Amino acid sequence: MESEVLSIRDFSAYFGDERILKNISLSIPQNMVTAIMGPSGCGKTTLIRCINRMHELNPGARVSGEILLCGENVYRANPILVRRKIGMVFQKPNPFPTMSIYDNVIAGYKLNGMRLSKGESDRIVEDSLKKAALWDEVREAVYRKGTFLSGGQQQRLCIARALAMNPEILLLDEPTSALDPKATARIEELIIELKEYVTIVLVTHNIAQAARVSDLTAFLYLGELVEFGPSKKLFTVPDDKRTEEYLTGKFG
Amino acid sequence: MNDAGVGFRILKEKLFLVGVLALSFAVLVPLLLILIYIVRNGIAAVNWGFLTSLPAPVGEEGGGISNALVGTGILIVLACALSVPLGIATGIFLSEYRKGRLSYFVRLSTEVLQGIPSIVIGIIAYSWVVIRMGGFSALSGGVALGIMMLPVVIRSTEETLKLIPDSLREASLALGVPYYKTILRIILPAAMGGIMTGILLSVARIAGETAPLLFTAFGSPFMELNIFKPMNSLPLLIFNYATSPYPDWHGLAWGASFVLVVFVLAMNFIAKVATARWKVKF
Repeated sequence: MESEVLSIRDFSAYFGDERILKNISLSIPQNMVTAIMGPSGCGKTTLIRCINRMHELNPGARVSGEILLCGENVYRANPILVRRKIGMVFQKPNPFPTMSIYDNVIAGYKLNGMRLSKGESDRIVEDSLKKAALWDEVREAVYRKGTFLSGGQQQRLCIARALAMNPEILLLDEPTSALDPKATARIEELIIELKEYVTIVLVTHNIAQAARVSDLTAFLYLGELVEFGPSKKLFTVPDDKRTEEYLTGKFG
Repeated sequence: MNDAGVGFRILKEKLFLVGVLALSFAVLVPLLLILIYIVRNGIAAVNWGFLTSLPAPVGEEGGGISNALVGTGILIVLACALSVPLGIATGIFLSEYRKGRLSYFVRLSTEVLQGIPSIVIGIIAYSWVVIRMGGFSALSGGVALGIMMLPVVIRSTEETLKLIPDSLREASLALGVPYYKTILRIILPAAMGGIMTGILLSVARIAGETAPLLFTAFGSPFMELNIFKPMNSLPLLIFNYATSPYPDWHGLAWGASFVLVVFVLAMNFIAKVATARWKVKF
């Protein structure tokens, strides 16, 4: 078994009195793509927002249980430090509109007051844009505003921005839901390439996408973890009847 | 369905359109008349000497408004120094904490403040600053004008910040950027266009305020740069000259009115340009 980066133990999340996640336990291994799949409202987005403690920004949000990042409980650490180690990419591309492409990539350092020499930051920007497969398209234009890029390019810029911080884990929250099929295919290729550098947790409601890119898949339904295992097995011979029904389109 | 009925409807539609157009033009007429009148009366008085020399005593030829121009500039700077930081901070508070008792009261008082007559704000500044400091001063005038600017700056900041999508804030927080830096370095810069527009429009508004300055900045015939001394300003100069019995002072008042109107129009124009220039695409 590969080494485990993130361990979610008996974890529940609430909005006020409503219980969104029910006793989830998951173990996410290093340098793999783990997909979290399920119908709308099953809590998959809440689950990854709990991993980097973004969930608690909503009023009335509350959690119980543990999430361990490399053995350390993220709910005992400072959320700001947790978020620096866990990168996140959102449904809609959200580059900083006032910044150039260059500044967007280096934003995590600049905004956190970390001083870098010109050479270092140039290297980080180039490296991150290369990893996000955007370098060739923007190398001449890194000082232009990030919002001039196409939607798919903006999303890759957001991935580069997250990668620049050298996170342990990259959380992708339906990263292709606002993109056209071509841009989606590009991002999916990228996700597979990125495994080499970072552990990826991908939330998607798109069954085919989970099947295409993930090594492991978790199926969430009504806040419960129904099934978790290697994608190959889950998509061919699922253990649980509900997984099978979801995959065959009986609901969701 | 008969044709006569439809014909009548089309006629009604045309009448409505003509009515709306006519009323819209009617609104433009007074504005144009005022502008034409001021330009016709004022432009003759305006020349380089008028802008750069001090007011002349009664009976003497010439004389200008240099001290009032400088004074208005200083008063605007003082008013901005008071209202911009306070207003932006309050606007941030209101947009961040939309619900809650304190926000409710702050928002309510902002609205009330906007409705308070400018002369009353003048009296307040008089009793707060002039009496305490023992004399009329530009500083007290700046305080009065600053209070007048506050509601507009607060409102425009709050409204602009509300339009910034949450996704931007999340992008920053997810990078581990602390909350205060997210506000200062991400949210505020993205809202800069709207905030600048609000500041410029409120400056245009206070530049012509006379009432709050009557017993605060008071006016002065000299070139005064000390903010603790009485200071002249364009509206005060217009007020004093226009109410004087001397025809040549009336001419100067028209000239100063012209300059003031040009300034206000320029501010409005710059505000439009600023909105376009600083427009942020999300």
